[in-house]
Amino acid sequence: MTRLRGRLLVLQVLVIAMIVVLVVRLWQVQVVQGSRFVTVATETRTREVRVPALRGAILDSSGRPLVRNRTTLVVSVDRGRLERMPDGGDAVLRRLSAVLKVPLSKLKQEIRACGPGVSRPCWPGSPYTPIPVANNVNPRAALQILERQEDFPGVTADIQAIRDYPNGKDAAQLLGYLQPVTQSELEKREGLKANYSGVDLTGRDGLERTYDSALRGTPGLRNVQVDRMGKVISVNQQSDPAPGDILVTSIDAKVQRVVEQSLDQAMREVPNSDGAAGVVLDVKTGRVIAMASRPTYDPKVWTGGIAEKDYRRLLSDKSGKPLVSRAIAGEYAPGSTFKISSVSAMVADGEPLHGTYQCPSSYNVEGRSYPNAGGMSLGAISLHEALVKSCDTVFYKAGYEEWLRDGGKTPKAKVKEPMPNMAKAYGFGKRTGIDLPGESAGRIPTRAWKLDLYNSTKSEMCKRAKIGYPEMKDQSRAAFAKRLANENCLEGMIFHAYEAVNLSIGQGDVLVTPLQLARAYAALLGDGNVRSPRVGWALMRPDGTLKQEIPVPVVAHLPVNDETRTYIRKALSEVPSDGTAAGAFRGFPMNIVKIGGKTGTAEVYGKEDTSWFASFAPADNPRLVTVVMVAQGGFGASTAAPAVRRIWEGIFGLGKGEDGKPLKPALPDGKPVTRLPAISRETQ
Amino acid sequence: MTEAIGVRRRSFASRVVGRGSVVRRMDWVLFGAVVALSAIGTLLVWSATRTWSSIEPTGMAKKHVLNLLIGLALYSAVAVSDYRWLRTYAPVLYGIAVIGLILVISPMGSTINGHHSWILLGGGFALQPAEFMKPALVVMLARLLVPTSEKGKTKDRPRAGGLALSLAAAGAAAALVMMQPDLGTTMVLMATTGAVIVFAGIRKRWVVAGVLLAALAAAAVWSLGLLKPYQVARFTALIDPSSDPRGVGYNSTQALVAIGSGEVFGKGLFHGGQTTGRFVPEQHTDFIFTVAGEELGFVGTVTVVALLGVVLLRGVRIARMCGDRFSALVSGGIVAWLAFQTLVNVGMTIGIMPITGVPLPFVSYGGTATFANMTAVAILQAIHLRSRPV
Repeated sequence: MTRLRGRLLVLQVLVIAMIVVLVVRLWQVQVVQGSRFVTVATETRTREVRVPALRGAILDSSGRPLVRNRTTLVVSVDRGRLERMPDGGDAVLRRLSAVLKVPLSKLKQEIRACGPGVSRPCWPGSPYTPIPVANNVNPRAALQILERQEDFPGVTADIQAIRDYPNGKDAAQLLGYLQPVTQSELEKREGLKANYSGVDLTGRDGLERTYDSALRGTPGLRNVQVDRMGKVISVNQQSDPAPGDILVTSIDAKVQRVVEQSLDQAMREVPNSDGAAGVVLDVKTGRVIAMASRPTYDPKVWTGGIAEKDYRRLLSDKSGKPLVSRAIAGEYAPGSTFKISSVSAMVADGEPLHGTYQCPSSYNVEGRSYPNAGGMSLGAISLHEALVKSCDTVFYKAGYEEWLRDGGKTPKAKVKEPMPNMAKAYGFGKRTGIDLPGESAGRIPTRAWKLDLYNSTKSEMCKRAKIGYPEMKDQSRAAFAKRLANENCLEGMIFHAYEAVNLSIGQGDVLVTPLQLARAYAALLGDGNVRSPRVGWALMRPDGTLKQEIPVPVVAHLPVNDETRTYIRKALSEVPSDGTAAGAFRGFPMNIVKIGGKTGTAEVYGKEDTSWFASFAPADNPRLVTVVMVAQGGFGASTAAPAVRRIWEGIFGLGKGEDGKPLKPALPDGKPVTRLPAISRETQ
Repeated sequence: MTEAIGVRRRSFASRVVGRGSVVRRMDWVLFGAVVALSAIGTLLVWSATRTWSSIEPTGMAKKHVLNLLIGLALYSAVAVSDYRWLRTYAPVLYGIAVIGLILVISPMGSTINGHHSWILLGGGFALQPAEFMKPALVVMLARLLVPTSEKGKTKDRPRAGGLALSLAAAGAAAALVMMQPDLGTTMVLMATTGAVIVFAGIRKRWVVAGVLLAALAAAAVWSLGLLKPYQVARFTALIDPSSDPRGVGYNSTQALVAIGSGEVFGKGLFHGGQTTGRFVPEQHTDFIFTVAGEELGFVGTVTVVALLGVVLLRGVRIARMCGDRFSALVSGGIVAWLAFQTLVNVGMTIGIMPITGVPLPFVSYGGTATFANMTAVAILQAIHLRSRPV
């Protein structure tokens, strides 16, 4: 028994030692390090939650919504939390798949991170934000998820505002779209470690992008207590989100509709066309009344994450890249619509406005014959007639002689280059600065441009001139390319006569965007000021008060006197009645509204002609300029001009609609809205 | 008055509360500590489970009280009985426990909270035979290690046959529990067995050899990969909890954060943010100590540890006052069991022991565990009541 008692004494000592060890360790943890653990505990338990602000609506000039918000039940998944589960959240997703009636594989694809080798469906946004996996969830399913949080840890269902497009595809490229903000963008934004934001979308194109910061508003911040599941237990502090501003645009939804329909019809009539654009500008203000592009798409595809199939289609060549607005990013040779610039240049260079000009069937330049379209020969004519009948040879001669005066192939130290410089004065060759992203600059070929191009391509060209193109399969094409390279290497710096001749009629290396052309016409027909067009008209606070009117900057004044501008306008006023567009406007009630315009048919190597019509109305006191371009559309008179005619008919309410009833005017008397609309609650 | 009826058979009431009665002679300090721990445990269970259901926040606490009441009834019955029947029925108790464990492994067993260690009784009741095995094994070992004949007081050491049988009995129990698998309870059973064998009087060199063998076995188990990966990870996490704070280290880290953030006086009962947010898993059972740490602070945790210390030291006292080897072994074994379980449970929450699923005696929620603990204390009381101070 003694040994037993002795050993029990050891047990007693061990028990006491254990108690001492535990108490000492508890002292260490709770008293010595206590405050540190308090900090850690607070960090674990509290979260900054960003409450996204309601994004401002985008309205047309009468206050009709172009983009508005719609509330929907959205189910989101917190991927980080799922990954922490032993099965990687498999069981949760399985249950979610059953409740939402969405295949498990689809859910899994939607929540994986996008990256190299991982294409949509995937999540392009921040990995720390809940990933929306289903929109328009029926309330019963949402309730199931919310009530059984133990079955759905990391899954939330809440009411979110999503973008809604009441006019369908209309102005899709102009409006732009939203996409989740990426992690790198989030990190750049100071002070907002949005590890818990609900939806964080940012404007990626169009007006949504340009006016993103104003439309977005200020998100609310909420300091909340959460449990292990991330479920909010209580709210500590809260600052309410401030809704975004409302963007009122100068777009007129009805005119937009008319333009869209007209382009649709043009595309149907010319099935080979790979793109078209229509622009309507307010001549007096320089604001955009309508702007459309073909091919187009339904912006609805972006809502709630875009499907792989749709995304691929939007980017593919086969679909013609419908995200790209041909109106601002499409660069095309303008053809004869460019002649307003050439005439202005001729007069400014000293040629008589009221002089007589020879219009032979062809013009010879350095042994090469440049014919008129259709071999037209009119003899001695005025500039007026040269514009109305679109006589090319008049401009060939002028362009060639200007080129000669500048020294021809061996240019003078100081060249005048009247035609290229006038083109630049009209705003061609550089971006208009419109409030839309992705604009193209176009191109006006000059001697300096040629030299720059030569200097940047010289080494490659001269190398190719020696070694040729052995990688090309077609022997004859390779030989041709080699000859071309040799030519470019030897005299690529020379601005040739044919280039000056082509420039005079808007051909060759001249490229313009439909918007550039429209604003050039607006400058010519209006007060002579070249403006940077604007789509945004004003930003209104959510309560409807004006915050800021968006001005239309004047960037230049045309170096063309009023007499010349009036002369050109009068000449163009006869094009639809007596000139090249007479066929397209046959039967048009010119007595009600007189239309002016200029056709353009630009040759494109290896493709059908680009069809243009730049038009304005009323001809005597122009308020609106309309430009339609149909790529591979053939003659300007046969495709673009009828399209413009349909637009005028829609705007002024002329003729009959498809249903046989008289058309209601989209803009009564063709006058754009001049006063900002009153914003009511329901427009939001 | 008592003298007048002294010769007569004493009334039941007198036997219970009268001078020299069961109630008068009971170890009230031990009982008081157990009641205090149970009371604290009830509050902590309440606090840990009140957020589970908004309809019935006290549901689990009520169940816990019911368990305690049943435990108290068991306690009373065992405490007043003659403990010597334990010796007689030890094989039966052990046999029942073994059958229970076999049933758990059989298709009749059920998994609750990820542990396959239950037998469902129906009506919301379930049993954990592993808990029942703890007292049963102690009694069984004591019987096997104490020679039947108490005459020769010189016989201070266990017989080889008894030793072999007790190792077999303990091995079988441990193996069955390990098959669930329940590493924590297996460790408790092995530690308790070791203690009882040491108390039984084996030579010191055998003790040393046994310790070395255990260390060797542990090394072998480790290196041969007999443990499941998550069990290995738990030991790794002990060494460096930050190695995987979201995974295995999560429990360990969260337990430390909860306890540490309680500081000296705690955040107050029901006011622990970590507890309310359920950041620590199994907070009403294996991690109940973290609730005490966060809400009652250092004062609370030391109180709990001190009360457990009282229970253990009173147990040692009872064991040392025993007149016979069997009761000394039984009470010593019980103390060793409860002490080891306390060390492992409290230790894992404060980062000095690996995370293993053992409840904190008298405090954690759990029916079978409560019954087993109460029975164990009752056995101590029964031994105390019948031991003649030497």
